[in-house]
Formats: sequence, structure tokens, C-alpha cells
Amino acid sequence: MTIKAWLEMAIHDAERRGLPELKPLLEALAKATSALRTAEWNADATGDAVLNSDPGSRIPPDFARGKPDPGHGR
Amino acid sequence: MAADPHTIADLSRALKARETTAEAVVERCLQRIAERNATLNAFIAVFGDEAREQAREADRDIAAGRHRGPLHGVPISLKDLFDVRGAPTTAASRVREDHVADADAPSVAALRDAGAIIIGKTNLHEFAFGTTNEDSAFGPARHPLDPDRSPGGSSGGSAASVADGMCFASLGTDTGGSIRIPSAVCGLVGLKPSFGELSTDGVVPLSATLDHIGPICRSVDDAAMLYDVLLGGGARPAGKPTDPRALRLGIPRAYFLSVLDPQVASAFDSACERLREAGATLVDVPIPHAGDVAAIYLHIVLTEAAAYHAKTLERRPEDYTPNVRIRLEMGRYVLGEDYARAMRGRELIRREVDAALEGRDGLFLPALAIPAPKLGVAMVRVGAVEEPVRNVMLRCTQAFNVSGHPAMSIPCGATTDGLPIGAQLVGGYGDTPGLLRVARAVEPIVAAGATAHAGYLGPGTSR
Repeated sequence: MTIKAWLEMAIHDAERRGLPELKPLLEALAKATSALRTAEWNADATGDAVLNSDPGSRIPPDFARGKPDPGHGR
Repeated sequence: MAADPHTIADLSRALKARETTAEAVVERCLQRIAERNATLNAFIAVFGDEAREQAREADRDIAAGRHRGPLHGVPISLKDLFDVRGAPTTAASRVREDHVADADAPSVAALRDAGAIIIGKTNLHEFAFGTTNEDSAFGPARHPLDPDRSPGGSSGGSAASVADGMCFASLGTDTGGSIRIPSAVCGLVGLKPSFGELSTDGVVPLSATLDHIGPICRSVDDAAMLYDVLLGGGARPAGKPTDPRALRLGIPRAYFLSVLDPQVASAFDSACERLREAGATLVDVPIPHAGDVAAIYLHIVLTEAAAYHAKTLERRPEDYTPNVRIRLEMGRYVLGEDYARAMRGRELIRREVDAALEGRDGLFLPALAIPAPKLGVAMVRVGAVEEPVRNVMLRCTQAFNVSGHPAMSIPCGATTDGLPIGAQLVGGYGDTPGLLRVARAVEPIVAAGATAHAGYLGPGTSR
């Protein structure tokens, strides 16, 4: 579901439930969700991370390749 | 005795040497609560009779040579999220008004086993879902130095109770900063250990993968004592403080120091300068995705909180305070795929905090971007930025709930009005004793800029 479609659905549902005051909060949440979805560390079904094309990408290589965290097991 | 003990360490020595009695100390705390709780609204419940009885028992044991350790006979409060057998755990909500706990939370049992005296349960932001303590079924807790201001949150009543001399320490919870924020606001030391180190059983949850418990107290030594007891007496010895000349601290300047009240920035810069003068090495370190932390945190905390509250949001929505209800409702609209994205982002943040700590003893940054905010204020302007108070208050702390690294707030300065300012230290994952060693070295150096009464705003102090 796109963020636009999600936001429309969520606002409509909130109004139906008598919670119109949710609208500004949902709009703020949509901005945060947009940031989350466009982050370059998201995995992609092609098998690659959605990497920044910049060769100086900030993503640690192991993380981008989806290797398990060898660290804390948490 | 020349002066009333200030810290648990002082009090414990005095009790063991029988220079004072637990009964006298408890009586002074109860007197302070009687005088001040109507103003500060720090306590939801006070266990006066039980505390007096426990104090007399502690005095008998100590007199008979059965001293149980540094918490024996020490009055401690609990944020009202912790179960105490036979008492309601209100979470500062009418949703919980019929609740009575049938057992002590393991953390509470550990304090009792160590001889601590549970003096009462403190006010909080309803269900710990806020940073100011304004939204509570019992009304807001208030700052000891200025009742028109927030004591921070969500463990606001806990911090107010310790800062005002109503008890010597409090047990709080920290999901995005709820121990460190009120500690910074009230001039106290607050410790959030590594994620998962201390049991959250018997504690009302906010967000199961972000929740931590820990102490709010008046010194790093006191925090270490409480941490050891909460861990079941099994903490690796904190040992001697790190030599300040050998300290290597990283400052994650980008993002964390980019939105700071000018007086907070000035106090933090002064603290850094004092550390350098003491011989410490401070270098800027990157946490490249720090700017993504707020979005990651939001999707995790909203989803997990909504899962816990869904049933009561349907059945008795009117029993929540309006602001908390509406934020909990927001969580019911987060999609599963976005929660999964947030959890993946979280792994990246963990690695980046690990990398920032590589070869260093800790990270050093402000604990809170602003001094104590006025109650009732929704937005705050910091420089050119105007943001919700909640967002600004979480800005320096929530990253380490996302990453799970241990972190603590220590006093480092004051505004021109005398409001406390806190610095934050972050340690290696799973190495809370190491963090405490560093904090013991840093505390006396940065405390030189703190208020004269930092850590204790109670009787005999004034602004």
C-alpha cells in the first residue's frame, strides 16, 4: 500500500470511529513512514539492499548484504 | 551527625555505624512527603506504616550485627509501573483502577531482599507514554525547583521524589529516555543498563523491545549499588574509576548536538573542556543514520504499545487521558511492513553505535536538549527549529533504547535560573560495569559545573 493510499484510508477510518483529532498525528506519522521507506538500508526482493548509488554509501557492507549480526544476539 | 546523609553511600555508612537509625531517616522522608507532596504530586501512594515497620526491623537487624548491605534501611520509591504485592499498580491510569498485584516484581523483591524500605509509588506519564508527566490520572507531577515546570518523564514523580528529599533513590523505567530525561531535568544520576540485563517482569510494559528498568539516584556510586542489587548481587565489580587521563570519549556531534538550547550547549561545551583539562581525549564520532532514529523508534514504540492496549482502547477508551489515548490509537494504523523496516533499521543503528564506540571508553553527549519545560507547553523553539516538546526531549536518548546500549545521565551544569542540565554517557553493549567505571571518573569533573545542590533539592537548599 502506498503511503498516500494508507493515509487516506487511515484518516477515513479515524473519522468513521469518531477520532478526527487523529488526522494531524497520522499526517506526521506518514512523514516518518516515508522516511523509513526511502531509507537506503531497506532490503529489496532483487536480492540487493536498496543502496545509495554513492560509492561512499554509509551502509556497512555486511549489513547491506544482509549478513546476520555477529554481535549481540539481541 | 554533622549533616544529613546526602547519598545512599553516606546513609549506609551512617546506619551501619549507628550514627542514625532507619526509623529516623524514614520519618524525615515521610515528613518531607507530608510537607511537599501536595505541591509536587510526586507520590501516588505512600506506604507510611509499612515503611516505619520495615525501618524498625532494619534497625533491630543492624543493631544485632545483621547488616545486609548498602541498601539496608534505605528509603526507596518505585515508579507506579512496578508490582508491589497487595497494592494497585496504577500506571497513572484509570484503566488500571481495579488492579491489585499478587506478587512483587522481581526487581522489587531484590530491593526488599537487600533491606531497602519501599516508601511509596510515584507518579508518571500515563502508561509511561510521554516525557513531561502532564498526562496522568492523578494530575501532573511538578518540578521541585519550579512547580510550573515539568520534572521530566515519564518517571517524573520518581525524579521529583529523589530530588526533593522524599527518599534516597527511585526505580524507574526507560523506553525512550524516561529514566535519563527526568534525571537530567532534576539534577540527578539515572542509569539505563543494557537491554535485557534487568528483568522487566512485573512491570507494566510500554514497548517490549525498548523497555528497560533502572535507578534514579544522587550519585554514580549509588547507581552502581542499586544496579548490583537489581542484578541479584552478581554484577562484575565496577572497580576503580577509569583514570581521567586515559579516558577516550566519542562525541556523536552530528544530529545529537545540532538542536540544543544555548544554555545546554554552553554547559555541555564547558563539561567537555573540563574533561580535556583533566587529560581526557574527546573526538567527534559518526553515527551516520542517527537522523533516522526518530522514525525507527516511532514505528516500534507505537506498534508494540498499540498491541498491548488494543483491547482496553476498544472497551474503555474514556479511561485514558485524551493525549495518551490518541497516541496509542495512532499505533493501530502502523502497517506490519513498516514495523519490519523499523526493526531492520534498528540493527543498523546498533552496528553504528558499536562502531562509534570502537576503541573508546564511551560516548559523551547531552542527556536532554532543553532544560525543564513549562507544563502545558506543546511546542518548543530551539534556535531556528520549532518542534513538539516530546520530540525534542527524546532526541538525545531514544537512540540508545533502539540500540540497547547502556546509558546514563549525570549532572553537568545549570541554567542562569538554576535549572539542572545533564550530560549522557553511553557504554559498550553488555558492559554496564564498564560504563559505571567511566561515569565514576567523569562525574566529579563535569559536576564542577552543576548546581550547588545538584542531586538534592530538598530541605536546606534554595535557588
